[in-house]
Amino acid sequence: MLTKEDTHKELFTMGHTGCSGCAQSMAVKLILEVLGKNTIATTATGCLEVFSTRYPESSWRIPWIHSLFENSAAVASGIEAALKITGRKNGTTVLAQGGDGGTADIGLQALSGMFERGHDVLYVCYDNGAYMNTGYQRSGLTPFDAYTTTSPSGKQSFGNSRPKKYMPQIAMAHRIPYTAVASAGYPVDLQKKIKKAASITGPKYVQIDVPCTPGWKYEPRYSVKIARLAVQTGLYPLFEAEYDKIISVKKISKKVPVEEYLKLQGRFKHLFKDEAGRMEIEKIQKIADENIVKFGLL
Amino acid sequence: MDFDFKIGIIALPGAALANKTGSFANEVPVFKQKTCTGCNLCIYYCPEGVVYGDKKTKIYNFDADYCKGCGICAEECPVDDIEMVLVEK
Repeated sequence: MLTKEDTHKELFTMGHTGCSGCAQSMAVKLILEVLGKNTIATTATGCLEVFSTRYPESSWRIPWIHSLFENSAAVASGIEAALKITGRKNGTTVLAQGGDGGTADIGLQALSGMFERGHDVLYVCYDNGAYMNTGYQRSGLTPFDAYTTTSPSGKQSFGNSRPKKYMPQIAMAHRIPYTAVASAGYPVDLQKKIKKAASITGPKYVQIDVPCTPGWKYEPRYSVKIARLAVQTGLYPLFEAEYDKIISVKKISKKVPVEEYLKLQGRFKHLFKDEAGRMEIEKIQKIADENIVKFGLL
Repeated sequence: MDFDFKIGIIALPGAALANKTGSFANEVPVFKQKTCTGCNLCIYYCPEGVVYGDKKTKIYNFDADYCKGCGICAEECPVDDIEMVLVEK
């Protein structure tokens, strides 16, 4: 039984200033439930850092540090090395966190270094597909044709013209012991993956799809629905990998057309205006179909 | 564990509880307690962690001091047992 008093004792407490319906805060809550008290967290600059640690308040009940945008993985590496050399590891999980910008663009070098040196750190990337904290600028993980303030749609453009970077595959290319992709739409699957990651020694990478209410421009109540549709359409395949081999994928029972996913979000609104937009939706459907074949989702 | 950091730039662990985010909410959930199956999904999905209750008795409630009224619990409830109602302020 969970009482009101229990909810106030959670390791990631309420009272943070995340948006109403923020899927990232949901993911953090679920992750800390699994990892427990014996965890040290670092966070890259981003929404999570800003909304959870508004001075003089903090939502964290575990040791937590923010340093810079690019070095979440490097700081975590240092923490892990220090725990090891002073003999105080004692099963402590070192959790490094970053948004998609802080992971795939700005922090990629520090992250690659952490993987390559083999630090026992769990790196979690909250992928909301743009620099949401600073006002929805395009990042390397912004999906194809999404509107952002630096890839606006208009007469000359349908939004982001480049495909989403395959970040989990970049992590896998480092041949780290565990890589996983999870989604806020599947909390049980997410917790299972975090639990497995925590049980493995060595560098781990988990990427989580977290819909963003103001950035993706949808009603807060659809956060979970949109995350689930991303998986069911094949646009966000969930899988686990050990070293460079994919060991399991989350199968989708019935393929959902990408329109179902796109039409709920304001950032894809421009695709529903005319015939040219329809052609673009076809291209997005092709990306989903390719994923389904590539990962064997059906 | 007691922490007593009074000086410096360190915030107390969990000090964010001082910030009553319930003022964000336009709507709040009402747990109708009619068709509830005790699946706990409302607890799982709540981004704030303000929903609490018991699987066995199937009685759930939320903390109005912190609920931001996103409506995810009502949207995701598999048996439509949660309704969002407008808050009058």
